Amino acid sequence: MTAADTTTAAGTGGGTGPAVTVEQMDVTYKVRGQDRLALRDISFQIGRNESYGLVGESGSGKSTVALALTRYLPRNGRVSAGSIRINGIDPLALGNTSLRELRARTVSMVYQEPGRALNPSIKVGRQIAEVYEIAGLDRKSALERSEAMLRKVQISDPGRVMERYPHQLSGGMAQRAVIAMALAAEPSLLILDEPTTALDVTVEAEVLDLVAALRDEFDTSVLFISHNLAVIAKMCDRVGVLYAGELIEEGVAREVFDQPRHPYTVGLLRCIPRRGQRKDNGRLDTIPGFLPPPGHSLTGCIFAARCPIAEERCRTAAPPAFAISPTRSSRCYLHEQTPDLPRNTPVNVELVSHRDAATAIVRVQGLSKTFDSRGEAVKALVGVDLSIERGETLGLVGESGSGKTTLARALLGLIAPDEGSIVELDSRPLEADARRRPREQLKALQIVFQNPDSALNRRHTVRRLISRPIARLAGLSGARLRERLADLVTSVRLEERHLALRPSQLSGGLKQRVAIARAFAGGPRIVVCDEPTSALDVSVQAAILNLLVDLQAKEQVTYLFISHDLGLVRYLSDRIAVLYLGRVMELGPAETVFAGPHHPYTEALLSAVPSLDGLHTERIRLSGEIPSAADPPSGCVFHTRCPRRLPTGICESTEPPLLEVAPGHLMSCHIPLDELRTLQDTGQAP
Amino acid sequence: MIGTPGAPVEAPREVTVAHAPRRAGSTPWRLLLRRPTFIAGAVILLFWITCALFGTAIAPHSPFAQQLLATNMRPSAAHWFGTDQLGRDVFSRVLVGSRSILEIAALATVLGTVLGTALGLVMGYLGGVVDLLVSRIVEAVLAVPLIILALLFVTALGSSVLVITLVVGFIFTPLIARTVRSAVLVESQLDYLSSARLLGENSARVMFVEILPNVMPAILVEFTVRLGYAIFTVVALSFLGLGIQPPTPDWGADITANYGVLPAGYWWETIFPALAIMSLIIGVNLVTDSIEQVLAS
Repeated sequence: MTAADTTTAAGTGGGTGPAVTVEQMDVTYKVRGQDRLALRDISFQIGRNESYGLVGESGSGKSTVALALTRYLPRNGRVSAGSIRINGIDPLALGNTSLRELRARTVSMVYQEPGRALNPSIKVGRQIAEVYEIAGLDRKSALERSEAMLRKVQISDPGRVMERYPHQLSGGMAQRAVIAMALAAEPSLLILDEPTTALDVTVEAEVLDLVAALRDEFDTSVLFISHNLAVIAKMCDRVGVLYAGELIEEGVAREVFDQPRHPYTVGLLRCIPRRGQRKDNGRLDTIPGFLPPPGHSLTGCIFAARCPIAEERCRTAAPPAFAISPTRSSRCYLHEQTPDLPRNTPVNVELVSHRDAATAIVRVQGLSKTFDSRGEAVKALVGVDLSIERGETLGLVGESGSGKTTLARALLGLIAPDEGSIVELDSRPLEADARRRPREQLKALQIVFQNPDSALNRRHTVRRLISRPIARLAGLSGARLRERLADLVTSVRLEERHLALRPSQLSGGLKQRVAIARAFAGGPRIVVCDEPTSALDVSVQAAILNLLVDLQAKEQVTYLFISHDLGLVRYLSDRIAVLYLGRVMELGPAETVFAGPHHPYTEALLSAVPSLDGLHTERIRLSGEIPSAADPPSGCVFHTRCPRRLPTGICESTEPPLLEVAPGHLMSCHIPLDELRTLQDTGQAP
Repeated sequence: MIGTPGAPVEAPREVTVAHAPRRAGSTPWRLLLRRPTFIAGAVILLFWITCALFGTAIAPHSPFAQQLLATNMRPSAAHWFGTDQLGRDVFSRVLVGSRSILEIAALATVLGTVLGTALGLVMGYLGGVVDLLVSRIVEAVLAVPLIILALLFVTALGSSVLVITLVVGFIFTPLIARTVRSAVLVESQLDYLSSARLLGENSARVMFVEILPNVMPAILVEFTVRLGYAIFTVVALSFLGLGIQPPTPDWGADITANYGVLPAGYWWETIFPALAIMSLIIGVNLVTDSIEQVLAS
């Protein structure tokens, strides 16, 4: 255990001593009279003005660390061993008054949901001013300081924002207000718990930039908790990887992500498509198995059961933290072998592509959808022209509010498009309402929803959930139904014994497999995948993506793949459509769209995504958020946020047509392609 | 785990070592039995249900037997709750009296729940004009005090047990429909209903096979809440002389029959039926509360 201490030398920055020291901390929850260890033997330090990241999948105990530091553990939880020091103070030893003092002045927290961190019945300005009033300022100067603080978090009109209630702010604005509040006390430690998970990539990028800038200005140490490795890579100096309540690897962020030295970290990084990886050049690796159940009593290494190189000693004695270098440690006996860790899933699978670019299976023309929202016409889709080719994967990207899901639901017949919209399957019009579609049309188009908890009837068993679509769409019954059921269960890699269970008894990944089996039950021709992995952990996501790729080859289906994760879209898609305010901005082969020159909006989306590979292409940033579809900007709808807007005024006055700028590559922009190429190569705005 | 190119990939080990993460969860039933309030309520309810079923066998005297020489007797060893104006054993009448009330209240509540559930499902799922129309009727019914409405119907239709059961059941229908409707609206947001539409399921199947099992908890709570109100309404009606007629033992009717002699000091003839009513309603409410809490947790 002493080896863990060697890593503490890495505390960077000046000041006197580290901002946070945690030594051999255990956290125990009492569940029905029994003690369950949630964190064991956690040791780490955060230096002054250092940003320390904690990564881990759900259930790893990331948030419990934050709660323990601030003594916000729930009633049944306690720090059962070890010690914590924040600025040399032990929060565990504090009385009520000094604990309140610590939380008010020394430590601030920012959580995932900004809406829940703000009191809905108090104006934003008053809430921030309260922090200054507690610090002893009078009301007037407190309000002045709040306004200055809001300006610091780049809220352009702080005076007006202060007069608003939290529900009147967008997600990104609210999170800025929360950050303003957290920094108002000028804390020496700022804890950020998944601060951008609920935000769009473009907004995330802005908030992350803001946090990085303010950290320097306020000289604050940061504990950054996230499941997103790329965000941690971008934001943190050092990183600790949590698995099942143990810190299994620690070190300088760049080194950990480039040369991981624990099999879990290696596996986790292999689950993510990197460096432009695509489905044709190899499948993603997976981590088999599950987290050990909470409160487990494993004698050996907690990862041994899922580790491809585990030896006898791994199962009998827990490994200590080995110091690999003065700044690195890994809890693995075999940390030297990790670079050559064997894969769990073979790379080279020959994919039989059934792509046929000549045949459009679905054709959409002039597709519009107007919703009525309290008398206002909200144009969710405006004249979308699109065709989906047989056997391809068409990726659909855009911020929330861009119309991705509306487009998918209109195709499926779940919402009726406006009069005059044309939606055709095999050149024959599709009924607008799924309830009126004949079985052939229903069979042809199915969907895998984002959230399996919502998509699966929780009162039905898996057997029933999968059998019903077989009976309805394939028209099978009796022995032939059972045969098809067995086939489907095998092809989505479920097992016979899962059939008797209900969704609540399955893990997230297994639930999504059931949903996929349902979508494939009737032998569909097009499957819409609406963010199918966004509710899943990284390791589970990889297995689901591999499954989708296999099924596509086997069942010869066409995918419409909707995702906000551009990395996933790039990995899976043959062609990509970029949507903004219900309009197609760019459409083309995936590689062309990613390689550029791209539409300024696509460029902005790409620049916003944090990358694990260290190539931060932060050339342009979008300011503000997507405008309301009830009142879209004139001319090109993107002009209000476009960093490459032309000075001629044409962008404000005329909507650019969607034109073919290269074979198969369509774009809706006034700037000529060659000029875009020059601009995007040099990275200078006009 | 080495797959040959082109061949179907082997199942990743994720599945083979899969364990159901929430296997050992406590069933709602077990959680209920762990609550003292539920146990207390259930004991009271079971006691009265036993009396309703086997009252005549348990009662020490016949509830009808008049002893004209022993009228208005104080509670004693022979007559625990004393005797009434006709010399009938009050204790026996209280025990046997549970039958009529439980019968009518339970039947009326079942009727209201079944009709209300069907109506609520239709309102919530189909929405539109049906929902608008029924919602306004529900509001109209709710605007009039329950007991007045019941009185109105019972006076118009006659005061047989059947009429009272039907009237209370029908009055409850819109109330229950409203609760079920809002539960259905919550379900309507979920994707499994879109999924059912994409299978071309008809509305009846979606309502009764897909949605109904998911709103059952809400219906169960509503049923127990309504049962309490039904008991209260039925007792009030029989106190007003509508419903069970003498000499059939009935708590409400017995209070009416005897409260005239209350000023003379014969308190036991009214207080014991009144306490019986109270205990039954408390029992029902204790059970209701526990069910609600367990389902909410």
